[in-house]
Amino acid sequence: MNFDFTEEQTMIKDSVSRFVRDEYDFDTRTKIVGSEEGISREFWSMFAELGWLSVPFAEEYGGFGGSVEDIAAVMEELGKGIVVEPYASTVVVFGGLMAASTNDALKAAVIPSIIDGSCMGSFASTEAQSRYEMSDVATTATACDGGYKINGEKTVVANGGTANKFVVTARTSGEQFDRNGVSLFLVDADASGVEVKSYKMMDGQSAATVTLNDVVVAESQLLDTVGEGMDLIDQVMPQILMGLSAEALGIMGTLNSTTVEYTKVRQQFDTPISSFQVLQHRMVDTFMAYEQTKSMLYRGLCQTGENDRAELLKTVHALKATVARYGRLVGEEAIQIHGGIGMTDELNIGHYVKRLMMINVTFGDGDYHQKKFNQLSYSA
Amino acid sequence: MDINFSAEDLAFRDEVRDFFVSEYDSTLASQLSGGQGKDYKGAIVAWQNKLHAKGWLAPGWPTQYGGTDWTATQKFIYETERGLAGIPDVVPFGLKMVAPVIYTFGNEEQKAKFLPRILESKDWWCQGYSEPGAGSDLAALNTTADYAGDNYIVNGRKIWTTFAQYADWIFCLVRTSKGMRKQQGISFLLIDMKTPGITVKPIVTIDGKHSLNEVLFEGVAVPTENLIGEQDKGWTYAKALLAHERTGMAEVADSTRLLESLKQRAIVEVNGGKAMIEDPIFQLRLSDIEMELMALEYTELRVFASMAAGGMPGPESSLLKIKGTEIAQAIHELQLQLASYYGGALPDDLNAEQLGHDFAFEARGRYMYGRAATIYGGSNEVQRNVIAKAVLGL
Repeated sequence: MNFDFTEEQTMIKDSVSRFVRDEYDFDTRTKIVGSEEGISREFWSMFAELGWLSVPFAEEYGGFGGSVEDIAAVMEELGKGIVVEPYASTVVVFGGLMAASTNDALKAAVIPSIIDGSCMGSFASTEAQSRYEMSDVATTATACDGGYKINGEKTVVANGGTANKFVVTARTSGEQFDRNGVSLFLVDADASGVEVKSYKMMDGQSAATVTLNDVVVAESQLLDTVGEGMDLIDQVMPQILMGLSAEALGIMGTLNSTTVEYTKVRQQFDTPISSFQVLQHRMVDTFMAYEQTKSMLYRGLCQTGENDRAELLKTVHALKATVARYGRLVGEEAIQIHGGIGMTDELNIGHYVKRLMMINVTFGDGDYHQKKFNQLSYSA
Repeated sequence: MDINFSAEDLAFRDEVRDFFVSEYDSTLASQLSGGQGKDYKGAIVAWQNKLHAKGWLAPGWPTQYGGTDWTATQKFIYETERGLAGIPDVVPFGLKMVAPVIYTFGNEEQKAKFLPRILESKDWWCQGYSEPGAGSDLAALNTTADYAGDNYIVNGRKIWTTFAQYADWIFCLVRTSKGMRKQQGISFLLIDMKTPGITVKPIVTIDGKHSLNEVLFEGVAVPTENLIGEQDKGWTYAKALLAHERTGMAEVADSTRLLESLKQRAIVEVNGGKAMIEDPIFQLRLSDIEMELMALEYTELRVFASMAAGGMPGPESSLLKIKGTEIAQAIHELQLQLASYYGGALPDDLNAEQLGHDFAFEARGRYMYGRAATIYGGSNEVQRNVIAKAVLGL
């Protein structure tokens, strides 16, 4: 039994860690966030050269052939630097869906362009009314000459403004809330009838409203069997949630260590505030919150076998709920213990907290996942 | 990452399971599972003798003194299976507390005299540490041992002494010198409970039971040969022992079993004709605990994995006691909540059949006695001090 990363995993983890430490300090990040596009294309090319964009893809498409552990290793390090380049939305989410697609021709066309950095992608699933229920899809795809015609509006599409391609959920049959009848289409951002309105989010990243007006897509753009898109999403979602949780873990660790170090230098009442027991105990609680979150993530990473699937589902719901609960504790304590300075936009602390807050609401918040956990665990 | 056990380890796990199934019979279970029965001492000694006959009584001891040659993995498997089976731990005072001090710091005569009798459960030990004025601040202890030729003369009071009413021997921290730092001048003495001048007074706890005691020492003569190691160095030995005590306090397997039985109960218990387990708020309370326990299980595995690899347990080990006891208490609370009115009924008033709720008495006992878990073994507040200093460097 061991919880070590392999040599290969350690190498890529170290490579991301070095980048964050040497090239992505908080000032650099602030400049990138303030730039027109809000991301650095230069860094994105560098990620491609370093092979980070190839992690979840099979070797036959030029990928690294990595597992969810590899994704988690990269995401944790990116979290430590609150890197705003769209690694999660392009590689983990969009890339994850592409990697799981059963449409080989589509994969062969798209995956190499993700790996070489030329394609940024995003998953356009949320609608104004849908909140976290992935199968609540009002966007329609109706059969027409040459394939399907898509109509609808997708909201808060992560990094929608920079994406070249979207995976869009659209209803090919059934009623608005039906699980069956949801299909996944690959849609070019510059296709006729696609309108993208991008805006900034509080975590320095961007999102967009994507309007689809009589957008015609060929049948060959379906990721999987028509009407069975939810199965593909469910297959990939644990990996996505573990990736996001790993990012959150990296953020929590950074917030904790920054806070501990700050209390050692901040003097009040003629002594470092780290000497106060009430603060010590609060920092012990955030330390335990971090360790428990890490353990829950590792639990998910270890449940990879086919036989573990039912348990894995429970674990990822519990993980996302844990990230929500302990992420909030760690974030709020970091601000509180820093005091007035923790309230300033100039300090990095608040920016780490805001990314945690956005991870919390991505693909279901803590309450949503705890409710799912309860449904799986306590049906009499 | 890999959490699979080897084929040998799985075979060992099966052997442990088989042994527990065949040897831990219903008579033992009625006395030991779910708290102390009327013949607790007889039952636990009988169980310990079965373990001894199998050679499994003291897995932590070096083999030369009668320990097993189990790997760290096997020890972990054994403890997990024990917890899942609902079998209580052995009485720790002799086997897990004083024995390691004796075989680590004692002389050959002491090892030969005491260790075999501990293994054979012939001597029942108790721990004489806490005093009315020395709880979390243990080094403030004030029981004195004055050197008088062949004997130390011991005077003072020890308190919270678990099972002193059964004990043949007590190991004590006593003050042999004054005027230095309070951690200095403390000695580690082994005292025969039959020595004149010792009085044991029972303390009934809030669960209505008697396991704790006060032990008075009035001019008690203790032969100097019962001193462990050097005079005035006892604090060092005791600290080594406390570290021993803290490992394995997460009790994940025990909590897993308790939580499972709580869930089964919540299917049976109804309110307004609906099973409690279907109540959304009850579900929320359950999953708050269950998720924390799922994480703690892996925290424990992480600690175990680093120890199995021959390393020292990492910082994650420090939280085992705090989280483990907090989770156990949370389960006790929910168990008692589920028992509702019946949790208040005293056992002598009604039997389970009349009451209609056979788990309520146990739930109350667990809840009440369970409050001690965050107090003993270094209170959770002291544990937080330890983590703040040793892990966070505060």
